[in-house]
Amino acid sequence: MNAASSTTPLLSIRGLKKSFGEQVVLSDANLVVHRGQVVTVLGRSGTGKSVLLKCLAGIEKPDQGSIWFDGKELTEQAAETRADFRRRCSYLFQSNALLDSLTALENVILPLEQTTLLPETEVMKRSLEALRQLELDTFADRYPSQMSGGMQKRLALARAIVTQPELVLFDEPTAGLDPQRRNAVFAMIVKYQRQFGFTAVIVTHDVAEVLVISDHVALLDAGRMRFEGKPEDFAKSNDPVVIDFRDSPAALRQQIHGLRLNPPFV
Amino acid sequence: MRFLPMRHLTKRWRRLGLHVFKSRVKFTHSMVRALGHSSISLVHRLGDFALFTLSAIRETRRCRKLGRRVVRALFEQGVRCLPVILIVGAFTGLVLGLQGYHVLNRFGSESLLGALVSLSLVRELGPVLAALMLVGQAGSALAAELGIQRNSEQIAALETMGVNSHGYLVTPRLLAALLAYPMHTALFVSVGLWGGWLSGSLMLGLEAGVYWSSVERAVEPSDVQECMIKAGVFGLLTIAVCCYCGFNAHRNRAATGAHAVSASTTRAVVLSCILVLTADYVITSFLM
Repeated sequence: MNAASSTTPLLSIRGLKKSFGEQVVLSDANLVVHRGQVVTVLGRSGTGKSVLLKCLAGIEKPDQGSIWFDGKELTEQAAETRADFRRRCSYLFQSNALLDSLTALENVILPLEQTTLLPETEVMKRSLEALRQLELDTFADRYPSQMSGGMQKRLALARAIVTQPELVLFDEPTAGLDPQRRNAVFAMIVKYQRQFGFTAVIVTHDVAEVLVISDHVALLDAGRMRFEGKPEDFAKSNDPVVIDFRDSPAALRQQIHGLRLNPPFV
Repeated sequence: MRFLPMRHLTKRWRRLGLHVFKSRVKFTHSMVRALGHSSISLVHRLGDFALFTLSAIRETRRCRKLGRRVVRALFEQGVRCLPVILIVGAFTGLVLGLQGYHVLNRFGSESLLGALVSLSLVRELGPVLAALMLVGQAGSALAAELGIQRNSEQIAALETMGVNSHGYLVTPRLLAALLAYPMHTALFVSVGLWGGWLSGSLMLGLEAGVYWSSVERAVEPSDVQECMIKAGVFGLLTIAVCCYCGFNAHRNRAATGAHAVSASTTRAVVLSCILVLTADYVITSFLM
């Protein structure tokens, strides 16, 4: 890797705008992601975190602004750059989006079989290896519907990393999970991020865990980045929106403090 | 009793006339606007459908492991639809034999029963009814499956993985339809001929040799060719429509979620049935 490529951010979002009809979701979103980092985008529900990720993955088309990957702009016209981005990037959906008519092994084989020219033996070897690394090798013949939520999440991660991507986008990977499972998923992401060396962009609400695992934190509010920086700075920030988001249990305590909760039938 | 002066009356009539004229212009304007809007929307959808189908056909060259998926689609469209084709084919033949025998009997022409049953089945009923049955069984299932895959982001997942969703999901089904529809139609016609023989010869007493020789004399290679052309075209059209409706289930503005899937499935079946009958008329008028 030369000096120029090491200083160029892997991903850069500049002035991204996206509206759905009258509703403006992203008004001016900017984000810089460097190689090997775990970057977390925080924000309340409906602030456009998932839309931002979908714009990155090419599922949604931004109205304005630009996305740069490895120094090249991703546009509609630059089909080759976008294809290159798709080869080097994986997306982990909130709902996992596993193909329910295929078995676990077939789900993992799919991206390798369809997007690479690898021989069949190599495809099988890599897929089985990905399943083994995520402790799913004994469930290779099972369909996603026959697996638990955690196993489905691991299977989705196996499918995402089997192509050895440089960038993995995680859309609320812990949504609807209990604290133990949430920790397990975050630990899994960090473990495989360190093992495979990919760059991770995670969209989530879980502040406490994020401050432990992230190298860089961004807070999305009203369609633009309200805060961007290190987790330590996020923990110390005096910005009222950051405080409101970061210290929500304290704010809740303050809100209910002094409330007289009378029994309903007195 | 006082009469209004003539100039007042004229003024009133003039006002009323102007009002009627204005409201008519307004009505015509809104009607023309609605017509224009729906015409543009129709042209847009037709164009979108044509691009969708062409893109799926174009992907035939680039698709990987296409054979395996075509076999899978053949199982869905072929093997699973076998019972319905056999049952409907047999009863169509039985009814044709029964009705045909009694009608021909009036003119003393029972010997032409084989010709009547075979030509009806080969030229019209076979391809049309087999296509309608396949739409009901395989087409609706296909539209619902793709609609659910769209709703649960499985299609979006394919796109983000760099897999061409048209090539992966639509192309094998179109190719399978080109094989399954003609095969099912041939089966439908064969079973229908045996049904005609069963009711005409076995139940009503027409000589079996007379029936089969009439069939042999009536059906020409061009009839079989027409039958197969129709089956292939119906297969391609209906499966493309079902795939298109399921694939675009999320575009339905009036419904979301499960309701959107059910709406897209209904639309797929209704449109396919209309298309089968329209295409049947067009092909028949060209080949006659």
